[in-house]
Amino acid sequence: MQPINQMKMEFSSKSSNEAFARVVAAAFVSQIDPTLEELADIKTAVSEAVTNAIIHGYENSNGSVRMSCNLYRDGVEIFIEDEGQGIPDVNQARQPMYTSKPEMERSGMGFTVMESFMDKVEVVSEVGKGTRVSMYKRFNSIHLDNEN
Amino acid sequence: MKVKISYKGSTLIASIMGELDHHSAEYIREKIDSELIKATTKNVIFDFSKVSFMDSSGIGVIMGRFKNVQKLNGKLSVTNVSDQMMRIFEMSGLLKIIPAYDNIDVAINKM
Repeated sequence: MQPINQMKMEFSSKSSNEAFARVVAAAFVSQIDPTLEELADIKTAVSEAVTNAIIHGYENSNGSVRMSCNLYRDGVEIFIEDEGQGIPDVNQARQPMYTSKPEMERSGMGFTVMESFMDKVEVVSEVGKGTRVSMYKRFNSIHLDNEN
Repeated sequence: MKVKISYKGSTLIASIMGELDHHSAEYIREKIDSELIKATTKNVIFDFSKVSFMDSSGIGVIMGRFKNVQKLNGKLSVTNVSDQMMRIFEMSGLLKIIPAYDNIDVAINKM
Protein backbone atom coordinates (compact mmCIF):
# COMPACT_ATOMS: atom_id res chain seq x y z
CA MET A 1 0.00 0.00 0.00
CA GLN A 2 1.31 3.46 -0.91
CA PRO A 3 1.37 6.16 1.75
CA ILE A 4 -0.98 9.08 1.12
CA ASN A 5 1.49 11.49 2.73
CA GLN A 6 5.04 11.50 4.06
CA MET A 7 7.22 13.70 6.25
CA LYS A 8 10.84 13.70 7.42
CA MET A 9 12.57 15.88 9.94
CA GLU A 10 15.78 16.08 11.89
CA PHE A 11 16.37 17.78 15.21
CA SER A 12 19.04 18.12 17.93
CA SER A 13 19.10 15.59 20.74
CA LYS A 14 17.82 18.09 23.31
CA SER A 15 15.20 17.05 25.84
CA SER A 16 13.07 20.08 24.94
CA ASN A 17 12.60 18.45 21.51
CA GLU A 18 10.74 15.49 23.06
CA ALA A 19 7.59 17.62 23.22
CA PHE A 20 8.32 19.14 19.79
CA ALA A 21 8.60 15.71 18.12
CA ARG A 22 5.44 14.23 19.63
CA VAL A 23 3.38 17.32 18.81
CA VAL A 24 4.62 17.26 15.18
CA ALA A 25 3.77 13.55 14.85
CA ALA A 26 0.29 14.11 16.30
CA ALA A 27 -0.34 17.12 14.04
CA PHE A 28 0.73 15.16 10.96
CA VAL A 29 -1.42 12.16 11.84
CA SER A 30 -4.45 14.30 12.66
CA GLN A 31 -4.99 14.83 8.90
CA ILE A 32 -6.73 11.46 8.74
CA ASP A 33 -8.90 12.30 11.74
CA PRO A 34 -8.15 9.64 14.36
CA THR A 35 -9.72 9.86 17.82
CA LEU A 36 -8.11 11.94 20.57
CA GLU A 37 -7.21 8.74 22.36
CA GLU A 38 -5.44 7.38 19.28
CA LEU A 39 -3.54 10.68 18.95
CA ALA A 40 -2.51 10.43 22.61
CA ASP A 41 -1.19 6.91 21.90
CA ILE A 42 0.95 8.29 19.05
CA LYS A 43 2.27 11.14 21.19
CA THR A 44 3.21 8.80 24.01
CA ALA A 45 4.98 6.26 21.77
CA VAL A 46 6.94 8.99 19.94
CA SER A 47 7.89 10.57 23.25
CA GLU A 48 9.30 7.25 24.50
CA ALA A 49 11.31 6.57 21.33
CA VAL A 50 12.74 10.10 21.14
CA THR A 51 13.58 10.09 24.85
CA ASN A 52 15.46 6.79 24.35
CA ALA A 53 17.44 8.31 21.47
CA ILE A 54 18.40 11.32 23.58
CA ILE A 55 19.31 9.69 26.88
CA HIS A 56 20.50 6.26 25.76
CA GLY A 57 21.57 6.79 22.14
CA TYR A 58 23.46 10.01 22.75
CA GLU A 59 23.68 9.91 26.57
CA ASN A 60 22.62 13.56 26.62
CA SER A 61 25.50 14.62 24.37
CA ASN A 62 25.01 16.46 21.08
CA GLY A 63 23.56 14.44 18.27
CA SER A 64 20.85 14.39 15.72
CA VAL A 65 17.54 12.53 15.84
CA ARG A 66 15.53 11.83 12.70
CA MET A 67 11.81 11.23 12.62
CA SER A 68 9.87 10.25 9.54
CA CYS A 69 6.23 9.28 9.08
CA ASN A 70 4.36 7.45 6.35
CA LEU A 71 0.69 8.23 6.59
CA TYR A 72 -1.87 5.78 5.20
CA ARG A 73 -5.61 6.19 4.87
CA ASP A 74 -6.19 4.31 8.10
CA GLY A 75 -2.84 4.17 9.87
CA VAL A 76 0.66 5.52 10.30
CA GLU A 77 4.20 4.23 10.25
CA ILE A 78 6.73 6.21 12.32
CA PHE A 79 10.51 5.85 12.29
CA ILE A 80 12.78 7.32 14.96
CA GLU A 81 16.50 7.05 14.24
CA ASP A 82 19.70 8.08 15.97
CA GLU A 83 23.37 7.62 15.22
CA GLY A 84 24.26 7.12 18.86
CA GLN A 85 25.91 4.29 20.70
CA GLY A 86 23.39 1.58 19.90
CA ILE A 87 21.83 -1.10 22.10
CA PRO A 88 24.05 -4.16 22.82
CA ASP A 89 21.09 -6.45 23.60
CA VAL A 90 17.78 -5.35 22.08
CA ASN A 91 15.78 -8.22 23.62
CA GLN A 92 16.98 -7.27 27.08
CA ALA A 93 16.24 -3.58 26.45
CA ARG A 94 12.67 -4.47 25.47
CA GLN A 95 11.98 -6.32 28.72
CA PRO A 96 9.51 -4.47 30.98
CA MET A 97 11.29 -2.77 33.91
CA TYR A 98 14.75 -3.25 32.41
CA THR A 99 16.76 -0.05 32.42
CA SER A 100 20.46 0.62 31.96
CA LYS A 101 19.99 3.87 33.87
CA PRO A 102 18.25 3.18 37.22
CA GLU A 103 20.27 6.02 38.78
CA MET A 104 18.42 8.46 36.52
CA GLU A 105 15.08 7.17 37.84
CA ARG A 106 14.21 5.64 34.48
CA SER A 107 11.40 3.14 34.87
CA GLY A 108 12.46 0.78 32.09
CA MET A 109 8.96 0.95 30.61
CA GLY A 110 9.74 2.81 27.37
CA PHE A 111 9.55 -0.10 24.93
CA THR A 112 6.65 -1.66 26.84
CA VAL A 113 4.67 1.57 26.46
CA MET A 114 5.51 1.74 22.73
CA GLU A 115 4.44 -1.87 22.25
CA SER A 116 1.16 -1.46 24.05
CA PHE A 117 0.18 1.86 22.42
CA MET A 118 1.20 0.86 18.88
CA ASP A 119 0.32 -2.26 16.85
CA LYS A 120 3.86 -3.10 15.80
CA VAL A 121 7.29 -2.04 17.09
CA GLU A 122 10.58 -3.08 15.48
CA VAL A 123 14.01 -2.17 16.80
CA VAL A 124 17.19 -2.44 14.79
CA SER A 125 20.36 -1.41 16.57
CA GLU A 126 24.08 -1.72 16.10
CA VAL A 127 26.63 -0.83 18.77
CA GLY A 128 28.57 2.25 17.73
CA LYS A 129 26.26 2.94 14.78
CA GLY A 130 22.86 3.79 16.19
CA THR A 131 19.27 2.67 16.62
CA ARG A 132 16.19 2.71 14.45
CA VAL A 133 12.73 2.19 15.92
CA SER A 134 9.89 1.50 13.47
CA MET A 135 6.35 1.65 14.75
CA TYR A 136 3.01 1.09 13.07
CA LYS A 137 -0.47 1.86 14.26
CA ARG A 138 -3.76 1.24 12.53
CA PHE A 139 -6.61 3.51 13.58
CA ASN A 140 -9.62 1.35 14.30
CA SER A 141 -11.81 4.44 14.38
CA ILE A 142 -11.28 4.97 10.63
CA HIS A 143 -13.35 2.77 8.35
CA LEU A 144 -12.56 2.64 4.66
CA ASP A 145 -15.40 0.28 3.62
CA ASN A 146 -17.59 2.86 1.92
CA GLU A 147 -14.85 4.62 0.04
CA ASN A 148 -13.90 1.94 -2.49
CA MET B 1 5.46 22.92 33.37
CA LYS B 2 4.69 24.09 36.88
CA VAL B 3 4.29 22.41 40.24
CA LYS B 4 1.89 23.98 42.71
CA ILE B 5 2.79 23.09 46.27
CA SER B 6 0.27 23.16 49.08
CA TYR B 7 -0.03 21.50 52.47
CA LYS B 8 -2.67 19.78 54.55
CA GLY B 9 -0.93 19.21 57.88
CA SER B 10 2.17 17.15 57.18
CA THR B 11 0.87 16.09 53.76
CA LEU B 12 2.37 17.78 50.75
CA ILE B 13 0.00 18.15 47.81
CA ALA B 14 1.96 18.51 44.58
CA SER B 15 -0.26 19.62 41.71
CA ILE B 16 1.59 19.03 38.46
CA MET B 17 0.56 21.37 35.66
CA GLY B 18 1.44 20.72 32.03
CA GLU B 19 3.33 17.87 30.43
CA LEU B 20 5.30 15.30 32.40
CA ASP B 21 8.12 13.88 30.27
CA HIS B 22 11.86 13.34 30.64
CA HIS B 23 12.45 17.04 29.97
CA SER B 24 10.21 18.29 32.78
CA ALA B 25 10.89 15.36 35.17
CA GLU B 26 14.07 16.90 36.57
CA TYR B 27 12.29 20.10 37.60
CA ILE B 28 9.44 18.23 39.32
CA ARG B 29 11.89 15.96 41.11
CA GLU B 30 13.91 18.88 42.50
CA LYS B 31 10.84 20.86 43.45
CA ILE B 32 9.28 18.03 45.48
CA ASP B 33 12.53 16.78 47.01
CA SER B 34 13.33 20.27 48.27
CA GLU B 35 10.00 20.17 50.13
CA LEU B 36 10.68 16.69 51.51
CA ILE B 37 13.79 18.00 53.25
CA LYS B 38 11.56 20.13 55.47
CA ALA B 39 11.01 18.45 58.82
CA THR B 40 7.27 19.04 58.67
CA THR B 41 6.67 17.08 55.48
CA LYS B 42 5.79 13.42 55.78
CA ASN B 43 3.30 12.35 53.11
CA VAL B 44 2.90 13.26 49.45
CA ILE B 45 -0.19 13.40 47.25
CA PHE B 46 0.38 13.83 43.51
CA ASP B 47 -2.49 15.67 41.85
CA PHE B 48 -2.57 14.98 38.12
CA SER B 49 -5.78 16.86 37.29
CA LYS B 50 -3.85 19.50 35.32
CA VAL B 51 -1.49 17.11 33.51
CA SER B 52 -2.11 17.14 29.76
CA PHE B 53 0.50 14.51 28.88
CA MET B 54 2.60 11.91 30.63
CA ASP B 55 4.98 9.21 29.38
CA SER B 56 6.95 6.59 31.31
CA SER B 57 9.23 9.30 32.73
CA GLY B 58 6.34 9.97 35.12
CA ILE B 59 6.67 6.47 36.56
CA GLY B 60 10.31 7.18 37.44
CA VAL B 61 9.39 10.47 39.12
CA ILE B 62 6.64 8.88 41.22
CA MET B 63 8.71 5.82 42.18
CA GLY B 64 11.67 8.01 43.14
CA ARG B 65 9.50 10.19 45.41
CA PHE B 66 7.84 7.04 46.84
CA LYS B 67 11.27 5.78 47.96
CA ASN B 68 12.06 9.13 49.55
CA VAL B 69 8.71 9.25 51.37
CA GLN B 70 9.22 5.69 52.63
CA LYS B 71 12.42 6.83 54.33
CA LEU B 72 10.29 9.32 56.27
CA ASN B 73 7.80 6.55 57.13
CA GLY B 74 5.25 8.51 55.17
CA LYS B 75 2.68 7.59 52.54
CA LEU B 76 2.33 8.54 48.91
CA SER B 77 -0.73 8.46 46.69
CA VAL B 78 -1.86 9.75 43.30
CA THR B 79 -5.13 11.45 42.38
CA ASN B 80 -7.08 12.58 39.31
CA VAL B 81 -5.31 10.18 36.96
CA SER B 82 -6.54 10.23 33.34
CA ASP B 83 -7.34 7.01 31.45
CA GLN B 84 -4.20 7.33 29.32
CA MET B 85 -2.00 7.78 32.40
CA MET B 86 -3.79 4.95 34.16
CA ARG B 87 -2.79 2.58 31.36
CA ILE B 88 0.88 3.45 31.90
CA PHE B 89 0.48 3.09 35.69
CA GLU B 90 -1.12 -0.31 35.26
CA MET B 91 1.48 -1.72 32.88
CA SER B 92 4.30 -0.59 35.18
CA GLY B 93 2.85 -2.30 38.24
CA LEU B 94 2.90 1.03 40.07
CA LEU B 95 -0.64 0.59 41.38
CA LYS B 96 0.40 -2.52 43.31
CA ILE B 97 2.31 -0.31 45.74
CA ILE B 98 0.84 3.17 45.29
CA PRO B 99 -2.88 3.86 45.75
CA ALA B 100 -4.78 6.00 43.22
CA TYR B 101 -7.78 8.02 44.45
CA ASP B 102 -10.47 9.90 42.56
CA ASN B 103 -9.77 13.25 44.16
CA ILE B 104 -7.60 15.07 46.69
CA ASP B 105 -10.20 14.99 49.48
CA VAL B 106 -10.36 11.19 49.41
CA ALA B 107 -6.56 10.99 49.28
CA ILE B 108 -6.24 13.29 52.32
CA ASN B 109 -8.75 11.20 54.28
CA LYS B 110 -6.73 8.06 53.58
CA MET B 111 -3.46 9.54 54.88
